Amino acid sequence: MNITIILIIIGLLGISAYYTGLRKSLTLREDKLLHSTPIYHGAILAINSSLASILLVIVWVLFEKNIFPELLAFRNILFIISIFIFFLTAFFTFKKIKNKFKARDKVEKIIELFLLVCSSLAILITVGIFLSVIFESNRFFESIPLTEFLFGTHWSPQMPIREDQAGSTGAFGAVPLFTGTFLIAFIAMCIAGPIGLMSAIFLSEYASKSVRDIVKPLTEILAGIPTVVYGFFAVIVVAPFIRNTGNYFGIEVASESALAAGLVMGVMIIPFVSSISDDVINAVPQNLKNGSLGVGATKSETIKLVIIPAALPGIIGGLLLAVSRAIGETMIVVMAAGMSANLTANPFEAVTTVTVQIVVLLVGDQEFDSPKTLAAFALGLVLFIMTLILNYIALHIVRKYREQYE
Amino acid sequence: MNNLKSRLAKEKRFRLYGVASITLALFLLSLLFVSIFSQGYTAFQETKIQLNINFSEEILDPNKTKDWEIIKKSNFSLLVKNSVNELFPNVSGRSNKRKLKKIISSSAEYQLRDYVKNNINTIGKSKKIWVLADDDVDMLIKGHINRILPEDERRIDNEELKWIEFLESKNLIDKFFNKTFFTSGDSSESEQSGILGAFIGSLFALSITLILSFPIGIATAIYMEEFAPKNNKLIDFVEVNINNLAAVPSIIFGLLGLAIFLNFFELPRSAPLVGGMVLSLMTLPTIIISSRVSLKSVPPSIKEGALGVGASKIQAVFHHVVPVAMPGILTGTIIGMARALGESAPLLVIGMVAFIVDIPQSVTDPATALPIQIYLWSDTPERGFVERTSAAIMVLLVFLIFMNSLAVYLRKKFEKDIG
Amino acid sequence: MNNDDLIKETEFQINNSETVGNIHVEDPRIIVKNINVRYGEKLAINNVSIDIGKNEVLAMIGPSGCGKSTFLRCLNRMNDTIESCVVDGELYLDNENILDEKTDVVPLRAKVGMVFQKPNPFPKSIYENVAYGPKIHGLAKNKIELDEIVFNSLEKAGLFNEVKDRLDAPGTSLSGGQQQRLCIARTIAVSPEVILMDEPCSALDPIATAKVEELIYELKENFTIVIVTHAMQQAARVSQRTAYFHLGNLVEVGPTQKIFTTPQHKLTESYITGRFG
Repeated sequence: MNITIILIIIGLLGISAYYTGLRKSLTLREDKLLHSTPIYHGAILAINSSLASILLVIVWVLFEKNIFPELLAFRNILFIISIFIFFLTAFFTFKKIKNKFKARDKVEKIIELFLLVCSSLAILITVGIFLSVIFESNRFFESIPLTEFLFGTHWSPQMPIREDQAGSTGAFGAVPLFTGTFLIAFIAMCIAGPIGLMSAIFLSEYASKSVRDIVKPLTEILAGIPTVVYGFFAVIVVAPFIRNTGNYFGIEVASESALAAGLVMGVMIIPFVSSISDDVINAVPQNLKNGSLGVGATKSETIKLVIIPAALPGIIGGLLLAVSRAIGETMIVVMAAGMSANLTANPFEAVTTVTVQIVVLLVGDQEFDSPKTLAAFALGLVLFIMTLILNYIALHIVRKYREQYE
Repeated sequence: MNNLKSRLAKEKRFRLYGVASITLALFLLSLLFVSIFSQGYTAFQETKIQLNINFSEEILDPNKTKDWEIIKKSNFSLLVKNSVNELFPNVSGRSNKRKLKKIISSSAEYQLRDYVKNNINTIGKSKKIWVLADDDVDMLIKGHINRILPEDERRIDNEELKWIEFLESKNLIDKFFNKTFFTSGDSSESEQSGILGAFIGSLFALSITLILSFPIGIATAIYMEEFAPKNNKLIDFVEVNINNLAAVPSIIFGLLGLAIFLNFFELPRSAPLVGGMVLSLMTLPTIIISSRVSLKSVPPSIKEGALGVGASKIQAVFHHVVPVAMPGILTGTIIGMARALGESAPLLVIGMVAFIVDIPQSVTDPATALPIQIYLWSDTPERGFVERTSAAIMVLLVFLIFMNSLAVYLRKKFEKDIG
Repeated sequence: MNNDDLIKETEFQINNSETVGNIHVEDPRIIVKNINVRYGEKLAINNVSIDIGKNEVLAMIGPSGCGKSTFLRCLNRMNDTIESCVVDGELYLDNENILDEKTDVVPLRAKVGMVFQKPNPFPKSIYENVAYGPKIHGLAKNKIELDEIVFNSLEKAGLFNEVKDRLDAPGTSLSGGQQQRLCIARTIAVSPEVILMDEPCSALDPIATAKVEELIYELKENFTIVIVTHAMQQAARVSQRTAYFHLGNLVEVGPTQKIFTTPQHKLTESYITGRFG
């Protein structure tokens, strides 16, 4: 018997249980006030009885999937037992429904429990990410030593198809990926840092309200554009432009240069930097500014000597968050940066990044157990740890900064 | 005084930097929009050629059965071929005739088949029908292939050009609104490809995302804002966790989905179901954070009023605080959903990147999503796909702009309600 | 006597004095015995005992920060919503110690209603505002009964004639004074026995204040009312008994007339004569 059908039947029974509870409490109400309104009596009857039988179904299915596959043949018995349990709990709950029965308290306990379970999900997801990534990476490190992965300078993850194939043992030295990632992130920050910061300063200190009201939403549009669109923009506009300009000056530029990917990523991050900087600059107390203006400093001097130093921790925190964004960004680099793992600091050459390689390793039909696929998880682990540390530091700095002026 | 002068000059320069930064950012934004629009607007039209089709009984239904099951197996391609040859009687030779037929899209025979299915009485008659042109012809008509270029530098040779110019002179070739783009799935022929499959895939995935992340997100926010003990280490830990999750690279969620949903729970690969689940992991932190902010901004006096007439805490929160905070919560949800709509990296990892022609019928069918379709097309060098990529981006942006405007509207409403 | 001396003198007297006047009444509705309230380390109410009689209006006056609002919020356990707040002592309503852990606050708050300092109607229609309490307590079996409760409560709150044509209008669209009377109607609708009012007129203009005071005077026929106020005239106008609080202590209690004309305690006298406030 199909599990879905069992669950649907339990659901339908639950609905009828609700109306049964409602009916009984409505009759009771004719004589005397109830502790809880009738809907709670209906609800508790429905919840109690369906929860009990659904729990049974879940436990059964878990057993069947993981321990005793033979149980599959006894689905009909499961159905009978679960219906039996439903009616048993329904019967006992039904008997409890009296004028003084605290149905509301019971329902509210269940609601509160549900809320609590939902909030634990956030922890569960983090733990899930951590465990799954660590578990798979561990399998990877069983065949490839950690030191080779972290310090090797040669990356070519193609594994031999046949045992005796010549000259094609995969190499998993991830250093070129790390340098590529940082090169692109560095270029992106060179664009986004100054432009984002200056835009924020201009908008919060110089621009009139009307200008601000128009320009701010426009920069927010930049933040809402999907990264795949930026990637396409990089491929059809920025990369050809850089290549042509390079050729004009006699510089050889790869068609998938680090510069193109970095530039476009920088554009993507501008609104991110500017909105965080805007927040922290606005958090600087007005009297600090007035103090400086009052002794005859110009606006730019006030900004450079008073506001920026005061807002510095917040700005640094924001920039760190932006770096973490740049490191983890995928689509722009998948589309605009290369696949080849060059160990270089030359922005005109093609480089590859951690995220690009994760995608390359996982797209297409793969044996899930091959080191090639598992390598993606090892890269994911590195990426996760790097961004986690950056985020943690950044969020900590920003929080401390906010508290200072609150 | 000199000092003051240079100070004022510095002030001016500094201000200029600010203006320059903003201008540059806005210039790049407009460059992006202009380049995509100029590449893509032509994709909303398609080129069709009018053929005089003779639905010959000999070809379609020689035994006069009038039975669709038999008719549907006949050679519709021959109808197209005959009609084209009739149009250009001077073209001779097998290879030339084949080349001639190629100016018509290969979808024409299916179009005719559907036509006959719906008009079975047309058999034995002739009828003028507009059929899709091949993508190279389409590009030529739209001006993306330059006719003045030397023959070996364009994809249409002189002979083909002559044919097309003949059609043009007889008004047998024209541009129409591109229905195909909105009503079909992916195809290897650019003139037959559309975004419907990807759109449905996105719709399925986002529905799953909404169903999962909206209730869980709100429940978490309510618990943390209204019920959790304050100054509790565990709650602080959850909070730090949520803030961190919001900044974890999206591709990591894809890895989680791959390891847990696909390998452990053995859910189907490439399915919007898994895509939606992965996207909901990503959307959850956004919804939680914004819901908490809006719950926090509801004046406590409203809750007190409810408690004062004897509402329980849960009643006070669910009857009064949550409804007031709802527009704010919805704003956050819409922004989260908009982000999920534009997200592609985690979907790549769980295999929602494949050449899928069929329109997905359920959440477990293999599918792509709009941004993935954009990615796939952008990888194809043909000019016809470049145009369609840009057009698909425009469609995606229209949706995003709509969602974001809705969010802004709700936020304004919320701010007004809170007063 | 200069101000510093006064404060010193005050502190000395507080720490060494018991409540002046008779804290007991003949037919008590609420009996408060040795209540202490702490916010974390800080003692906000120091050993207060008092009876509250049936169908009387008890006014609580005193300088701001004296703990009169905190004390009021003990009476329906609204202090539970403040996490750091700890209450101990005994507080009997119908022979049940409501400070007991096991007491269900929901029926308690239905029995002891509360009107707040700032009018806080729900952002719903006028009708819904009043109907909310009866709905959650299941007081009406059908729409007709509910209508009756709502109309009656609005009538009793003296608001019915003003709003009967726009019961669907949002509660927040009313004027300040009307909003406060709506809140009173909302409280009456669950037929409480005691109504607590926490400076109900402090956010209202004089005309609206007069209306609310008039209403309080009428309500005493059916309800026991405890009102916190910083306006002494208001206490004089609406209450039968007055309690004077100072720095968390109940300094003096007695018939309103007596407190205002011949206060026994020096602090009460200083307050009444306007030496601090």
